[in-house]
Amino acid sequence: MRYIERDLVVEAVERLCIEANYYIEDDVLNALKRSRKLETSSIGQRVLDQIIENDLIARNDSVPMCQDTGMVVVFLEIGNLIHIDYDIYEAINEGVRNGYLHGYLRKSVVKHPLDRVNTGDNTPAVIHTKIVMGNSLTITLAPKGAGSENMSLVKMLTPADGYEGVKKLVLDTIFDAKGKPCPPIIVGVGIGGTFEKCAMLAKEALMRPIDDVSDDPIARKLEEELLEEINRLGIGPMGFGGTQTALAVKVNVYPCHIASLPVAVNIQCHAARHKKIVL
Amino acid sequence: MKITTPLTDEVIEKLRAGDEVYITGKIYTARDAAHKRLVELLKNNQPLPFDIKGQIIYYVGPTPAKPGEIIGSAGPTTSKRMDPYTPMLLEAGLKGMIGKGERSDYVKDAMVKHKAIYFAAIGGAGALIARTIKSVKVVAYDDLGAEAIRELEVVDFPAFVVNDIYGNDLMLDNMSKYRMEE
Ligand code: SF4
Repeated sequence: MRYIERDLVVEAVERLCIEANYYIEDDVLNALKRSRKLETSSIGQRVLDQIIENDLIARNDSVPMCQDTGMVVVFLEIGNLIHIDYDIYEAINEGVRNGYLHGYLRKSVVKHPLDRVNTGDNTPAVIHTKIVMGNSLTITLAPKGAGSENMSLVKMLTPADGYEGVKKLVLDTIFDAKGKPCPPIIVGVGIGGTFEKCAMLAKEALMRPIDDVSDDPIARKLEEELLEEINRLGIGPMGFGGTQTALAVKVNVYPCHIASLPVAVNIQCHAARHKKIVL
Repeated sequence: MKITTPLTDEVIEKLRAGDEVYITGKIYTARDAAHKRLVELLKNNQPLPFDIKGQIIYYVGPTPAKPGEIIGSAGPTTSKRMDPYTPMLLEAGLKGMIGKGERSDYVKDAMVKHKAIYFAAIGGAGALIARTIKSVKVVAYDDLGAEAIRELEVVDFPAFVVNDIYGNDLMLDNMSKYRMEE
């Protein structure tokens, strides 16, 4: 058994909130640079230039790359050999509170979805936990802006819709979203499981490194084909027209009921922020 | 192309969808809550808290300023939420808007009618845009906090013309150009 101090968790979360918002990950930056080279629309090229310049300014000046510093999503992988004797959700929220205050990040969370009063400190986070083998605690933290999250959806397809049905759903979703989710986007697709499971799959897919390819052959084929077809839609960077609408498509799958085909499409904007720490 | 505010008809007539512009001068921030109040004033025939004639409204909700800075990251927010309020403001003399994403058809029609321009700034380019903001002053609705109306002095604020007064639409027109059918 290994004991993990509460302070360690609070401080790690605070740091992750700030770093995720200030410092773009290299895999995303490199993908943006790659898409700048591939973009044939001149206005698309200018947009990508500005996005890359923006991300470098944010990095150098330690400021948020985007003003929508998001609602915080946290994935916890709790090793079965670790011991905690405090409320870990509360510890995480304390880290979020500190991070958003000390990092000068925007507080974008309302306490009730219908009366909409701001909580003032960007808490609570949305926290997902998973028990894994081992003696460490892994925290993956992703501030999620509303622009791209709002364009995401879950749909219960029928098994007869199959492979082509899934493709059509993803392409239609992205076509309808056009410039709103701040393209170039990363598309997380979850297929299978149940209603809620496919949404989780899609979100988890977005946590994969940008150059990661699925080891499931059908998912991999979907990832390749969808990326190509999304980039033929013409939406382009910020929806101004172009060939670079998506940087990557990530598909995660899970077994499902004989009579269902749940599919979730979770869209991530170019300000793809996630950071991970292993305690 | 460099332009300055307030916008004159002469400049507006020159702008075409797809133009990259650098805006210098005063612009005003407002989002949902401030729009609601402005439109209520207009409906009651009351004066607005700033002279809107020829001006540009920027849809933005910045991050808090760090110590020693005047503003945090300040990229555009989705414009569509402001659509229901926009035609009345255009009628009152508003000449430009900066935001992100497309507008409703009735807003585009109102822009043609009142000779106004819709610009898009790069969503998510909050750090880059913040560098072009030289001063910030609250001019109304302090109680709205981050959503108060602020007057920003900007120099070379980067944006693209999306809708011009001739009915052109950058997003629709350019998108179809790059659309590859099977
Ligand atoms: S969609 Fe992403 S890049 Fe665009 S404004 Fe929202 S958080 Fe920022």
